[in-house]
Amino acid sequence: MDFNAFFAQYGALLAQGTWDTIVMTVLSTLFAYVLGIPLGVLVTITADDGLWPHKACNRILGWIVNIGRSIPFIILLVAIIPFTRFVVGTSLGVPGAIVPLVVSAAPFVARMVEQSLREIDGSLIEAAQSMGASTWQIVWKVYLKESVPSLVRGASIVFITLFGYAAMAGTVGAGGLGDIAIRYGYQRYQTDVMIVTIIILIVLVQIVQSIGDVTARKLDKRNR
Amino acid sequence: MIKIEHLYKTYHADDPERRHEALKDINLTIDDGEVYGIIGESGAGKSTLVRNINLLERPTEGTIVIDGKDVTDYKGKQLLDLRKNIGMIFQHFSLFAQRTVLGNVMFPMEVQGKKKDEAEKRALELLDMVGLADRADNYPSQLSGGQQQRVAIARALANEPTIMLCDEATSALDTMTTKQILKLLHRVNKELGVTIVLITHSMTVAEAICDRVAVIENGSIVEEGPTKEVFANPQSHMARALLGLEDVDEDGRPVGELDEFDAEMSREFAAPHAASAAEGKAE
Repeated sequence: MDFNAFFAQYGALLAQGTWDTIVMTVLSTLFAYVLGIPLGVLVTITADDGLWPHKACNRILGWIVNIGRSIPFIILLVAIIPFTRFVVGTSLGVPGAIVPLVVSAAPFVARMVEQSLREIDGSLIEAAQSMGASTWQIVWKVYLKESVPSLVRGASIVFITLFGYAAMAGTVGAGGLGDIAIRYGYQRYQTDVMIVTIIILIVLVQIVQSIGDVTARKLDKRNR
Repeated sequence: MIKIEHLYKTYHADDPERRHEALKDINLTIDDGEVYGIIGESGAGKSTLVRNINLLERPTEGTIVIDGKDVTDYKGKQLLDLRKNIGMIFQHFSLFAQRTVLGNVMFPMEVQGKKKDEAEKRALELLDMVGLADRADNYPSQLSGGQQQRVAIARALANEPTIMLCDEATSALDTMTTKQILKLLHRVNKELGVTIVLITHSMTVAEAICDRVAVIENGSIVEEGPTKEVFANPQSHMARALLGLEDVDEDGRPVGELDEFDAEMSREFAAPHAASAAEGKAE
């Protein structure tokens, strides 16, 4: 394979695709957390043994999260096209992909956040209560603050999952590396393009995972 | 003064199968400035009892009166203000792992909205008092158990409480460290005049520091009085058992007084072959 010729022909395309994929993933992770953190916190504290038990609220939120988690992304992607158009005016391109990515990831994030918060020892919550901390203060200063390393680890998992979802979004006109892999690699039998796309994805995932691990370790004040 | 009157705590009150009476008709008066010990074995209800004082658990029946005010139904801001006045320390210290020692001691003041520089100044004074001023910037995981408990004591004192609850505060510590912590609690009591309510299963701890003690068994107080009197002349089986003067089975009955279950158990243990043969038959 002639690398110079290959990159002359596809370099710009791959660079644009990589950039689009990164933008899609970063923005949708961000928005998914904006929705997912409050959702995860609410699910945790409204549980029967939670800080603010509320059966009805807990059930409804649980259902919402489960419904969101049970629809395969590729189906959700096309099923909510009218909603996507309503929100961003188009179902195509990067904006068109972000909406379904966020809708799909937010319940996932909620579960990840819930998992992290549940790791917090109940005696810490009790200690904070004994000091006269309000529910809101406990959420903010104990639950979220104490679970930062775990939340960061969760975020790298979410981010990497969304990489995969973003590639799927490529099949319905979102652009990005998924789109390139399908159009060139699959439909035109250009194996070289397919392989390069896969290599870029692998490298991106490795970088994100490493950053996540290092950050979580740096932030964790236990085991010093 | 803490006055507990006819306190009952029942878990799963409406489910006959899981119903559990953790506390039964508890009556206690704890005077200002004293160190009051609640002694009993694990599961006797002493943790539940102490948690009813700062309303981490709610009484099923009865009242908690603190300094002449019935606080039993306190909610919202009233409750938070009440708790500000009652410090608490725990068996496993319960320090915030992601905060420094200083951050931990500042936490209660932060929660009460105290100015940061004032809170920091007070926290450093408290750390100085517990002998850990030089560890202010360390994290809890860098400290020994005894040091962590001293940080917890400093933290519990941050809002200048008049009452301090100690939930098995020395049970996770070795003998020497226990002595240090008890010495510190004694100072807190004498120098700051803080009323201390201490629960423990250790008679040694109770004897070392408590002015008065109550012995609790299966959710009821079986004996109460000045520590010296209870230790010199224990009346209840449980007190005698805790002092090692008498063997008591898990139901609080002196050994020798066998009920049907005990009798059966001792037969089985005495004749393991017969027991396993019976088991084989049952299958």
